[in-house]
Amino acid sequence: MTPRVVFPNKVLPYLLVAPQLAITLVFFYWPAGQALYQSMLKEDPFGLKSKFVWFANFEKVLADPAYVNSIKVTAVFSLATALVAMSVALLLAVMAERVVRGKGLYRTLMIWPYAVAPAIAGMLFLFLFNPSIGTLAVLLRKAGIAWDPLLDGTDAMMLVVTAAAWKQISYNFLFFVAGLQAIPKSLIEAAAIDGAGETKRFWTIVFPLLAPTTFFLLVINTTYAFFDTFGIIHAVTGGGPGKATETLVYKVYNDGFVNLILGDSAAQSVILMVIVIALTAIQFRYVERKVHYG
Amino acid sequence: MATVDMKDVKKVYAGGVEAVKGVSIAIPDKQLCVLVGPSGCGKSTLLRMIAGLEAISSGTVSIDGKVVNAISPTDRDIAMVFQNYALYPHMNVYDNMAYGLRNRGTPKAEIDSRVRSTAKVLELAHLLERRPRELSGGQRQRVAMGRAIVRNPKVFLFDEPLSNLDAKLRGQMRVEIKNLQRNLGVTSVYVTHDQLEAMTLADILVVMNAGLVEQMGAPLDIYEKPASTFVASFIGAPPMNLMALKREGGHARLAEGVTLGVEPPATAATLGFRPEDAIVGQVEGKRALVLPAVVEAVEPVGAESFLHCAATGDRVLVRVSGRATAKPGDKLSITASLDKIHWFDAAGKRV
Repeated sequence: MTPRVVFPNKVLPYLLVAPQLAITLVFFYWPAGQALYQSMLKEDPFGLKSKFVWFANFEKVLADPAYVNSIKVTAVFSLATALVAMSVALLLAVMAERVVRGKGLYRTLMIWPYAVAPAIAGMLFLFLFNPSIGTLAVLLRKAGIAWDPLLDGTDAMMLVVTAAAWKQISYNFLFFVAGLQAIPKSLIEAAAIDGAGETKRFWTIVFPLLAPTTFFLLVINTTYAFFDTFGIIHAVTGGGPGKATETLVYKVYNDGFVNLILGDSAAQSVILMVIVIALTAIQFRYVERKVHYG
Repeated sequence: MATVDMKDVKKVYAGGVEAVKGVSIAIPDKQLCVLVGPSGCGKSTLLRMIAGLEAISSGTVSIDGKVVNAISPTDRDIAMVFQNYALYPHMNVYDNMAYGLRNRGTPKAEIDSRVRSTAKVLELAHLLERRPRELSGGQRQRVAMGRAIVRNPKVFLFDEPLSNLDAKLRGQMRVEIKNLQRNLGVTSVYVTHDQLEAMTLADILVVMNAGLVEQMGAPLDIYEKPASTFVASFIGAPPMNLMALKREGGHARLAEGVTLGVEPPATAATLGFRPEDAIVGQVEGKRALVLPAVVEAVEPVGAESFLHCAATGDRVLVRVSGRATAKPGDKLSITASLDKIHWFDAAGKRV
């Protein structure tokens, strides 16, 4: 424990944290407060006046079958995206450890997709898997798979998950590589001498020691799947077909800025906020307990 | 129980650096072989090749008569104690020790009895539930030992296992390792750069330098008859005094006014004597090497004192027992009896 530093001046410490507090207040608490306020207002169709309705918007939203559908879609989408993005990244990171020649180049190339904007990534996959012109769609059809993300909800979901995961793999890869490098080599050697084969070594030594990284990425990837994938969904499916890929964040946008039902949209974003806070809290409360920090 | 045989083992790294340049050592069953040498002499690389952690570039390593070059460390049935202990940080002491047994499919009841009896021997019984980070350095060292012993392997490998301990603990553990190895009768290879550890532990001492074996044998034989100036200055603390000889008209001498007392062998270029083989003052009537010297510094250690002297342009160290009466600046004579003088040729080899 480092000794506590006590400021003799009563005002100075507040001045020092003031810039950080100001940023947090202006960019986080104020919008959040606005959303909260907005979620209890009901506007007339022309946006001329609004009425305070307490929780009526929430009641309406939660009773809406389309919203319940959106929750399910989000759950499937987030879980699949996080799982695919993390497992593929881990596999690549483990493989990258074994690359002898051109390690640096390999790693650099692996990080590139992260620099691609979500909407661009979405367009990329949209073209690749477009049923009429997509390069990969043709291959899929030749392989006998009836591929049509424009009409089939499951196909569309797989497409957005692929695009969203693809973009996040680089980020996860970077952290997994760093995590793997932090594991002392002698531990792996000791395990080898202790008679553990390669697979066993990975699951009994490497994976548990990687837990802090994995946990961190789990939190980050969940938040990513919830919020940052808007661009991909907007570009690839627009929430369709038939709302099969309409995630919560996409519905917030659609109801608020396309359908102009501001009260509903605000109520949804408040619910979304609560869900993510709850999810993060659960992750820290229950999952982190199983994490061993070096 | 096993023998370990190395035949002309070489290690060449990808960049062309030769770390081990052809080493042959035969270790009989139940013997403890110590590899000693300065940093970068290839001793650790050699140990890692026995373990299977480094590929062998050429030559063969055999355990129990079977060549193991192509066998993975997993299947060599060896145990290794690492310098940093390499304990699994996410497992408690019990699981650390049980890990190797579980991997080999030992029945649960047997694992339990073996772990507990080993823990008892090493006085770890009360620590079995602790994680490595909750242990002191000495305790971690014991766990690392326990993890090796519990498996009952053919060969123990030690990679500078005591270098992270303080001096007192190191001395204690040194004796314990020796006793354990004796009692268990497991063939062992022990790497260290500490000549004291090397001397006290070894059945077979191997002094290495620049990827080659300089000398191999029983510790005291090496101490008494070092094969080269390198060994002479590496084994024994403080190291042997080495003085270059000058050749004038076919006669070897040290400097003006110094009697060698004997004609050195024809090829001798260096003479050496140990600090403990010299005395201060002159001995009447005995042919001996007598050096006039000036005391430069006195190091009292307690039971003995070291006199750092300047003699005929060289620095000479003399060990005297108890408290030294000499003070810096004092002029005195250093006498070494002739049978305690070692001669080395121009290449540094013993004559």
